[in-house]
Amino acid sequence: MNNEVKIKAKNVNFYYGNKQVLENIDLEFYQNRVSALIGPSGCGKSTFIRLFNRMNDLISNTRMEGKIYLDNIDINGKNVDVVKIRRLVGMVFQKPNPFPKTIYENVSYGLEVNGIKDKKSIEEKVIESLDRAALWREVKDRLHDSALGLSGGQQQRLCIARCLAVEPEVILFDEPCASLDPISTRSIEELILELKKYYTIVIVTHNMQQAARISDFTAFLYLGELIEFGPTEKLFTVPKEKTTEEYLTGKFG
Amino acid sequence: MKFTIRAGVVKENIYKWVFAVSAFASLLFLVGITITLFIEGLPIFKEVGFFDLLFGKLWYPTYDPADFGIFPLIMGTVWVTVGALVVCVILGVGSALYINELAGKKQRAILKPMIEILAAIPSIVYGFFGMVIVAPFIQNLLGLPTGLCAFTGSLILGIMALPTVCSIAEDALSFVPKSFREASLALGANRWQTMVRVVIPAAGSGISTAIILGMSRAVGETMTVLMVTGGAAVIPHSFFDPVRPMTSTIAAEMGEAVMGGAHYHALFAIGLILFLITFIFNVIAETISRKYRLKLGLSG
Repeated sequence: MNNEVKIKAKNVNFYYGNKQVLENIDLEFYQNRVSALIGPSGCGKSTFIRLFNRMNDLISNTRMEGKIYLDNIDINGKNVDVVKIRRLVGMVFQKPNPFPKTIYENVSYGLEVNGIKDKKSIEEKVIESLDRAALWREVKDRLHDSALGLSGGQQQRLCIARCLAVEPEVILFDEPCASLDPISTRSIEELILELKKYYTIVIVTHNMQQAARISDFTAFLYLGELIEFGPTEKLFTVPKEKTTEEYLTGKFG
Repeated sequence: MKFTIRAGVVKENIYKWVFAVSAFASLLFLVGITITLFIEGLPIFKEVGFFDLLFGKLWYPTYDPADFGIFPLIMGTVWVTVGALVVCVILGVGSALYINELAGKKQRAILKPMIEILAAIPSIVYGFFGMVIVAPFIQNLLGLPTGLCAFTGSLILGIMALPTVCSIAEDALSFVPKSFREASLALGANRWQTMVRVVIPAAGSGISTAIILGMSRAVGETMTVLMVTGGAAVIPHSFFDPVRPMTSTIAAEMGEAVMGGAHYHALFAIGLILFLITFIFNVIAETISRKYRLKLGLSG
């Protein structure tokens, strides 16, 4: 198995005001692999992945130290356009957040803001994205209904479709199943496994079984520090660190 | 022991009645005012004819024979209101967008209360300000025969409606969930696209409510327009003509109208039409904002 580095975090520190929430994290994510970030709530998992598409730029009074590279490009570099970074690094959020628009418009939006004008190619792309997100069959007869009429699981798949439409290279999933029922969760997990053929995937989850089921690599974060990183199978069966073992066996969490 | 329990019940009943009376009093006022408007306003419709009253082009209520065409007055209101609408949409919605989307926390903490204080200025002060400062300024600037015209009225009314529009529109914008903005930005939209294509449509109904309520304030405003619009009951041909909107007509003429006479009834008819206009505005605003709450999944 040949693992090519897609994203690299180097000596990353992050602060909310004076409070340090990430400490000196070094981590690499590989192309066409699913990497999971696990750890108890508040350990900084979400904050960490939000650095990869610079979503934390929106929060005032925060500060980052260190570097994050996407294909060896420093994404916080001076000449880097944040809009381009966000196009390359898509994100699916914890709570499904479709726009209060129609199903079709939710997917076409990303294409339109990225300058695609041709109606025909937008339509093709919308269909293709919905299809890839395993939603096409369920919504093909009501593309022009409000997206808010979909179930939670469907809404989340719509958010995935919306993200796929702009052709990112990396997709960040921030606890995508946190508000979903087991059946919807399963369909999202199957989808992620399918998507890894085309994308680099990073998923935050505090469901350890989920990480075990779908990820190739797992990183365990605790109190803002990276405790352990390795192939999922190894980390779950023979963890190197005592804290990891204690977390996995439910001694805290 | 038994006595104290009884006393408690009696007390509770008294409270209940006091509150019930205050609640139903407003209903009583509404019904009373509506009935009065109809009783006093309808006779003139019969006397002059519905069409001639509403679309008659001459308003000479004190001549003999008198003309009761309120069309010039309606047009006065329309021109001034439309002008005020433009002003308060640009200033009100613009400032709401700035406060909500672009201003930092500090600016926001100063700007919003300041704009809301504009609502605390008595309308007579606006009128005075318009008459003494704005009207002469506009007259000199544009070389008009008089600065007291529809334009000046629109400007002042627009500023008066600004706090209503800004405050309600800003509330609507801040109700737009943060997750919509994040989703849009995460797709590679820039701030401007996010504002125009996601935030404003999501707050659209709230913003329309704000504009309609602002308009209904402008339509009903009396003192200011009486002072700054010039008072000529003639159909205006431009924004720089003096006009006599419906409200200021009533205010200026009620004192001299003979009670129970045709003029008196005509003024009531104007009041009735005004009431219907603002009533319709409010119903529309209420309907839109209810739909909007449902749309965002908030309880109606």
